[in-house]
Amino acid sequence: MPLSKDEVRHVAMLARLGLEPGEEDFYAGQLSGILEHIDRLQQLDTEDIPPTAQVVEIASRLREDEPRPCLSQEEALANAPAAVDGFFRVPSIQEET
Amino acid sequence: MADWETVIGMEVHVQPKTRSKMFCGCSVADVNEPPNTHVCEICLGLPGTLPAINRAAVEACIKTALALRCEIPRHTKFDRKNYMYPDLPKGYQISQYDLPMSVNGLLEVDGRKVRIRRVHLEEDTGKLVHAGDKLHKAWESYVDLNRAGVPLMEIVSEPDLRSADEARDYAIELRTVLRAIGASEADMEKGQLRAEPNVSIRRAGTDALGVKTELKNINSFRALHRAILYEVDRQQKLLETGGTVVQETRGWSEDEERTFSQRSKEFAEDYRYFPEPDLPPLELDRAWIEELRAALPELPAIRRARLVSQHGLTAGQAAIISADRDLADLYETAVMQGAPPLPTANWIVNEVAPTGKLLDPAYLAELMTMLQAKDITRDQAREAYFESVETGRTPAEIVAEHGYRQVSDESELRVIAEAVIDANPKAVADYRNGKTQALNALLNELRKKAPQANPKVARELLLKLLG
Amino acid sequence: MTDDLTSLTIQDATRLLRLGSISSADLVTAHVERIERVDPRVKAYLRLTQDLWETQADEADRKIRRGDAGPLAGIPIAIKDVLCVRGVETTAGSQILRGFRPPYTGTAVSRLFEAGAVMLGVTNCDEFAMGSSTENSGYFPTHNPWDLERVPGGSSGGSAAAVASGEAIIALGTDTGGSIRQPAALCGVVGMKPTYGRVSRYGLIAFASSLDQIGPFARSVDDAALTLSLMAGYDPLDSTSSDRAAMEVLNNYGAGVKGMRLGVPREYYDVAGIEPGVKAAIDAALFILQKQGAEIVDVSLPHTDYGLAAYYIIAPAECSSNLARFDGVRYGLSEVDAPNITAEYSRTRRKGFGTEVRRRVMLGTYALSSGYYDAYYLKAQKVRTLIKRDFDAAFEKCDAVVSATSPTVAFPIGSKTQDPLSMYLCDVLTLGGNLAGLPGISVPCGTSDGLPVGLQVLGPQWGENVVFRVARAYEEASEMKAGVATPGPSPRRGEG
Ligand SMILES: [Mg+2]
Ligand SMILES: [Zn+2]
Repeated sequence: MPLSKDEVRHVAMLARLGLEPGEEDFYAGQLSGILEHIDRLQQLDTEDIPPTAQVVEIASRLREDEPRPCLSQEEALANAPAAVDGFFRVPSIQEET
Repeated sequence: MADWETVIGMEVHVQPKTRSKMFCGCSVADVNEPPNTHVCEICLGLPGTLPAINRAAVEACIKTALALRCEIPRHTKFDRKNYMYPDLPKGYQISQYDLPMSVNGLLEVDGRKVRIRRVHLEEDTGKLVHAGDKLHKAWESYVDLNRAGVPLMEIVSEPDLRSADEARDYAIELRTVLRAIGASEADMEKGQLRAEPNVSIRRAGTDALGVKTELKNINSFRALHRAILYEVDRQQKLLETGGTVVQETRGWSEDEERTFSQRSKEFAEDYRYFPEPDLPPLELDRAWIEELRAALPELPAIRRARLVSQHGLTAGQAAIISADRDLADLYETAVMQGAPPLPTANWIVNEVAPTGKLLDPAYLAELMTMLQAKDITRDQAREAYFESVETGRTPAEIVAEHGYRQVSDESELRVIAEAVIDANPKAVADYRNGKTQALNALLNELRKKAPQANPKVARELLLKLLG
Repeated sequence: MTDDLTSLTIQDATRLLRLGSISSADLVTAHVERIERVDPRVKAYLRLTQDLWETQADEADRKIRRGDAGPLAGIPIAIKDVLCVRGVETTAGSQILRGFRPPYTGTAVSRLFEAGAVMLGVTNCDEFAMGSSTENSGYFPTHNPWDLERVPGGSSGGSAAAVASGEAIIALGTDTGGSIRQPAALCGVVGMKPTYGRVSRYGLIAFASSLDQIGPFARSVDDAALTLSLMAGYDPLDSTSSDRAAMEVLNNYGAGVKGMRLGVPREYYDVAGIEPGVKAAIDAALFILQKQGAEIVDVSLPHTDYGLAAYYIIAPAECSSNLARFDGVRYGLSEVDAPNITAEYSRTRRKGFGTEVRRRVMLGTYALSSGYYDAYYLKAQKVRTLIKRDFDAAFEKCDAVVSATSPTVAFPIGSKTQDPLSMYLCDVLTLGGNLAGLPGISVPCGTSDGLPVGLQVLGPQWGENVVFRVARAYEEASEMKAGVATPGPSPRRGEG
């Protein structure tokens, strides 16, 4: 199933990928090619087949509720592009409209 | 004027009582700790890190589910809810989607059965602080991730509530249950319990649900009540003037006493839920669940009913006592050890509940027996109570040491009463001129001089002497 | 002398170290000199970690003298750029993580450090391990030491090339769809992908969480087995790690193949696009194994044709979520002075992610988005079940499955970059092992047109020892040791 420019724009928006106008055709073409291959999955009847999310059976274990040391504030912010008074700084959270 | 019916479903987020976060070992921060001091590589969402489930959070969720009479399915799993926001370090929240920890419960609130759709576990987000006074004027924001990854139980009800009163009472009852079973401290001011009502209205007598709005930023039971009242009124006016309700999230402004549009569902995120690949599906140990079920204390509603029917308490007394497991246990143990039920209930409501000071039940029984027998006055009993709490000595010892006793014999009090009347000519004159409250001043003087006086006898004596 | 020290196996090196003939510092110096000489052409390393190798070599020498050295004491190791090492710039081959220094070391790496390994540096890879040629690195492509105009494979191309060119004795890589086995094959070294859950993923910058595994590159099966045994085992920090005993990966693995049944899946044997030279090398390998007493049996993996399609839904879906954290807030590249948060996200991610990453994030976002989930993601998960069942059925008939690792030998740089699907097809023989969670190894099995060919052995889940056993028997009988390439200033092609 080919992907339209609109759909490319929509997924790029959901994923916050910052697609520039000219790139939509490029990705629409490439993704459509891949999806064309992927569409062979629809040939298989999987009605009664359970999905596999995790392929190896591993019993889940629970962690005991014991605190372990945190990072210092300095360590926590060490990689931050912008930090102010112990906080991570970000631009206004107002959405683009 | 058409009749409208209000329909409310509640989504309540509760922070279970744990020492560490949901998926990492960071200690849970108190409010007002310095920003980003309760964080590690995991809750910061640093590349390469993975979640590990906190047993205590699971336990609290199971206990809550059991208390709310939910079913606990054999299989449960965690899912990722994907959206990007600066308070969400991984770009997704680990939550539960189609196989929650528990489903199909029930909470009874004043006789109304409120169905519980589900109780599931997830993680909290961090906190954003905005520069500038209003969200829409902020030029930048600051992120504190101390709360990111704190465990949350999400308790979702069916739309079974029909008024702001009911919604508030539901939230209060929920808090009572959570505290009684020890699952959460559920302090709304500390953000440990956050209620988000879904509010819609419809024509009375119709079944279809109206368009709902979801209310956020509510941080007290009072705000919950007022926000719903405002919202119902807003929707009603809108519909009666030919408008339509838009499905959206609305914030409650405490200062302006109104709700305001936050995010319209038209621009709703597509959360792209899928199974969290970093956590194997959880198969809860049935024996563990049964152990937790067996250890569950009597629920407040049941205890409340029992205190009324078996002990003859008033509904008000029963509600206050059963709302707190410590108070209720103190009351019942003391009664079992011989304390008279009604005076003891009265005592707990007036003396213990406001102070939170708990006495050994056997001592309370001893003290209540003395009070009941009119051996001591209420003031003396109060003194003895708190001294016993402080020192650990028995009330009998304390009463004996202080020589506490109650005098109900008029002849023993007559000399003192006459002295009080002689020493307070002004009060006596006031009283005789019709100022009846002057009697209280005289009574207080008398009790100062004779604390052992039976207040009722003393009052009658004064009245007699004043003629 | 120094070149002699850069073609050793762990066992050779350990013997010299324990005898006192060389010190760990000598071994490091030899490797650093080698790197200085060949890496300007191979470009296996993104960064070298001098501080680390100095302290670690020192420590190793001290422990060797004291007699309490670990099994990897003094062994130079190269680490793929997706494995976090405390204080060492770790970028997943991406510009978006430029400058990121993790405050912690991942479990697998720290276990090898505890065993005495000495880290030389961080190796190049495709950005976020997405690729089969290391051309998608956000920094520069790595070259195949056997022919500098060709790719080393990927995504762990830097690690494979480092071991193949004498720039490290062992290296760590990660394998999501073949990213260890395929570059091992193309570079002529041993590369092993363990059972999903065998090695903790804690510290591995995730590409596709349900498929990723960390594994070793080495010059011998013994070295790979030893390295794996040291990093395997339960880790409370990875809930998907198994509590099975780490040492079971070595059980009986030297016993030879006599009496073993080795399955040859016809869909793999005759896979579309397989080069005749590769097929000939595999035939020769099967003959050798048969001569050693193995029984070669036909098996079928009927859903092979759907593997790539299922893989290219599941892996991108998981990656679209895993890569959401690269938002410019807490680390890495950031356009933090954008007018609002949405613009910051979009500009940061536009600048920081390369084309292949963006392509996969879009594909995965699409597959998970409302209205498409059932048709794509859920469908792919069901097909994953079918592929797992294919392998279950095959392992009823045989002890291990053998095939070529890659249908082709190393291909020229730039030859597949314009057509993503042709690049994806590089992994057609390896990604089934990831979808089914199986252990798999690639061992050198001769050459085709002068370029290395790899033999892949896949075992049932938790059957690492079976995989090692077959690989070791083949290695011994074929005398097909991993060679060390000395890349000349001009391409080697035509010499071999
Ligand atoms: Mg929630
Ligand atoms: Zn943490």
